[in-house]
Amino acid sequence: MKHTIYFNGDVGIKDTFTIAGPKEGEGPLANYFHNVLRDDILGQKSHEKAEILMMKSAIKNILNRTDYTTEDIDCVFAGDLLDEITSSNFAMREFPIPFIGLFNACATFCSALIMGAIMITGGYAKRVICATSSHFGTVERQYRYPLELGAQRTPLNQWTVTGAGCTLLEGGEDHRVKLTAATIGKVVDYGVTDSNDMGAAMTPAAMDTWITHFTETGRKPSYYDAIYTGDLGHAGSRLLKKLMLKEGYDLEGIYDDCGALIFNREAQKVGQGGSGTGCSNLVFNSYIYSQMMSGRLKRVLFVPTGALLSRITPLQGESIPGIAHAVALEVK
Amino acid sequence: MENKEYLEIVKKEMPKSKHLKTMVQAFFTGGLICMIGQGIADIIKLIFKDLELDIVLQFTTLMMILLTGILTGFGVYDKIGSFGGAGSVIPITGFANSIVSPAIEHKREGIVLGLCTNMFKIAGPVIVIGITASVLVGIIFLFIGM
Amino acid sequence: MNTLLQYLIVFSVGGFICMIGQVLMNLTKLTSARILVIFLLLGTLLEAIGIFSILKNFAKAGVTIPILGFGANLAKGAIEGAKEQGLIGALLGGTEAAAAGLAGAIFIGFIAALVSKPRTDK
Repeated sequence: MKHTIYFNGDVGIKDTFTIAGPKEGEGPLANYFHNVLRDDILGQKSHEKAEILMMKSAIKNILNRTDYTTEDIDCVFAGDLLDEITSSNFAMREFPIPFIGLFNACATFCSALIMGAIMITGGYAKRVICATSSHFGTVERQYRYPLELGAQRTPLNQWTVTGAGCTLLEGGEDHRVKLTAATIGKVVDYGVTDSNDMGAAMTPAAMDTWITHFTETGRKPSYYDAIYTGDLGHAGSRLLKKLMLKEGYDLEGIYDDCGALIFNREAQKVGQGGSGTGCSNLVFNSYIYSQMMSGRLKRVLFVPTGALLSRITPLQGESIPGIAHAVALEVK
Repeated sequence: MENKEYLEIVKKEMPKSKHLKTMVQAFFTGGLICMIGQGIADIIKLIFKDLELDIVLQFTTLMMILLTGILTGFGVYDKIGSFGGAGSVIPITGFANSIVSPAIEHKREGIVLGLCTNMFKIAGPVIVIGITASVLVGIIFLFIGM
Repeated sequence: MNTLLQYLIVFSVGGFICMIGQVLMNLTKLTSARILVIFLLLGTLLEAIGIFSILKNFAKAGVTIPILGFGANLAKGAIEGAKEQGLIGALLGGTEAAAAGLAGAIFIGFIAALVSKPRTDK
């Protein structure tokens, strides 16, 4: 099977909604977010409960904005970084909509967009919501250290984005921004073992999906006005650009990384930049979408990456596999 | 591109820790914490003139742990840690912080199954290996002495 | 010894030990748990071969406050226990000496965790 699939021009974005945490609200994209939170606990008893509330709220909001009810939505694809994708499962308790949970680490949002587009193109759904969330507190606790531990961050660390967002995909209507194609990524592992260096772990996957996409579509990077990765971070994206140039693909001026965009690196002390399932989601559903709606960007390739480690795999001597999915969007 | 080739490129290209800065910060933080410990010991000696040195040191340890508990509880110790690095990990305060911080974090899962179960998540190895080593040292010395 | 000089020595020696730890952290990928264990064992070793008491006389809190001191204490307790009480002393002496650190950390840790509120990083 070829890795790239084409949607028949039918799948469009009806609307998006983003909820960003306080730190994200102090970053360069603050004005693009629909809702910025004052704190990240939201009056809940734990960060986990707060993340569930964020995702619930994002979905509720998008239904309100579009005047749709849960009856009008055919399926929800959602995921997050917690064990058993807790945030998504528990957020979906609230909505009587058919639900499929997904996990591809920080690439999950793209997986959701792809599955939604496939379902609509296949004629099985008219409207699909794609949602993800992440939270700094919950992810630190699960993957790294207790928040009060005096552990020092290395220069390669990233800062998990606190936020939830969703996209409402609709078929058969005239939408300005349409999903035209997708390249589904493979798991790629080049032996990176440093769990502090997610950027280097995921870069090979991004390369693999990019090259597959360009080869199978016959397009050059310059076909797109902008190409985004999810959270390779500053150093990771530099590395990717260099390696792609070696392969004959020039990405200068076209390529940027959502993790590098969402925070002001120097002022906010976030190491390599933002990361998490919410990272690519927030940047896409706020900034990238608005740039496309205004016509400033007409063709975009959106390629979030994910690092597929668990808490246990590094301890058992495993390296970190990565995956990257690509979605091509165009403005009509 | 082969794995090995990629890993070498990564090693070359990815930013490394700022050695000088972190070393100086660790030196300063560690030295400061030790000085505070010395100060506490000296104050105890001044107040309780007849106290044995060993007991003074034990009280000093307790005071340093108490201090760490307070700083961790108020969310200050993690800031000291991010500045001081090893300077905040290596003093006995680092050990205490590694016990208090997961305990606070897991309180949400209940006192017994959350707080208590996770208290030694990070410091566990210190206690296990420390006590095991002491038993071995004791046995070795017993045999040497015989 | 002049107090000021003593404090300077405490600062320098303590700082130096931590600096070595920092170098280890930077160059290798050792986590704080592993660093703690290494320095703990180092202290135990230094005490076992008799060097630690010399360092302690010189640098006082500069070597006793780092986890080095805790390790040394464990060894000292075990050795003294072996001398004074034979087998039972050898087995339990170390733990007895470490009691202050252990009981303190557990009790204070428990109370501190009980009364604190979980908060967020900025």
